[in-house]
Amino acid sequence: MSSSATLHRRPLVKEILKGADDNLLVIGGLGSSNWDITDAGDRPLNMPLWGAMGAPVGMGLGLALAQPAKRVLVVTGDADLMMSLGSLATVAAQQPDNLAICVLDNEKFGETGNQASHTSPRNNGPTDSGAGADLAMIAKGCGLADSSVVREQAEVAQLVKDLRTKKGPVFRLVKVMVEKLDFVMPPQDGAHLKDRFRQALLGSA
Amino acid sequence: MSDWRDDIFEVFQDHDIKQVYHVPDAGHSRLIEACQRSNAIRTLALTTEEEGVAVAAGAWLGGQRSAMLMQSSGVGNTVNMMGLTKTLRFPFLTLITMRGEYGEFNSWQYPMGRATPAVLEAMGVMLYPVDEAREVKATVDAAARTAFNGGQAAAVLLRQKLIGIKDFGKKKAKS
Repeated sequence: MSSSATLHRRPLVKEILKGADDNLLVIGGLGSSNWDITDAGDRPLNMPLWGAMGAPVGMGLGLALAQPAKRVLVVTGDADLMMSLGSLATVAAQQPDNLAICVLDNEKFGETGNQASHTSPRNNGPTDSGAGADLAMIAKGCGLADSSVVREQAEVAQLVKDLRTKKGPVFRLVKVMVEKLDFVMPPQDGAHLKDRFRQALLGSA
Repeated sequence: MSDWRDDIFEVFQDHDIKQVYHVPDAGHSRLIEACQRSNAIRTLALTTEEEGVAVAAGAWLGGQRSAMLMQSSGVGNTVNMMGLTKTLRFPFLTLITMRGEYGEFNSWQYPMGRATPAVLEAMGVMLYPVDEAREVKATVDAAARTAFNGGQAAAVLLRQKLIGIKDFGKKKAKS
């Protein structure tokens, strides 16, 4: 089933972040999502994570509530979200209208050898079976009414529009291909990443 | 003398805390309600304590101060995420109602309750234990200064002697 995905994550994320200005605050989950947002162009208002699996949605929520006039976009992977499913309900309880969550779902633990993740189909062979978990349905079940799945290139323009401008909270699950891609790394020092983000946003570290 | 839970709410206001996170917690219930009623504070119910560390990091990225309320049993849930306070070096304040110490009746509360101080210290969190109602305000204030002025992770341990022994509806134990 995972082989049926047709979208390439790098050009997709580049498209999503195209023309990012001071109004767009981006959190990137550890691993591939971090490298994806960095490949689109490292910028102070990106907060790429090198660890803290399960943190991006919560971090995006705290940021969105603190900065209601800015757009906050969380870009992360299926396994990262699977580790913090409850945070979807925590977001739904707050209904931040400036928060968008984009989950890049390759149905694999891509950073650790492409083992099947829980979003892989069941009965997919001895080494490639997951649970068939549907994160868009889970998000809806947690109270995020505006949740849907994107699979085709033809849907990407609308996806970008929704993530960048639609009244939130917006949840989009995007099925992407399994690919071997270069690591495109941002600075690693967390305090530096935090300080440059705050400096760009607030004018002081 | 005012109730110590109201004193904590005052300290939150003094330190301009804008977001407060909580999980199910009888010991903090009066404070949670005070925060929920406040127009100056956004109160968030979490599904697990580790969410709180991530949300607090996001709030700080956006320029807001926060505080997390939890029980000692929840400290174990935060351990890896607590590392964010060191990696990002951001101020973090948590108030922890202690279980498993002073006359605890529930054996299930002892393991994490007893391990709580050591676990927090292992993650580099500074501890501010308090047993006496009259010392709560000054202690929470000191922890908030450590967090927001000193840029540290600080935990106030509201000891079980202060909170009282949970008695499941029986006559309340005198403290």
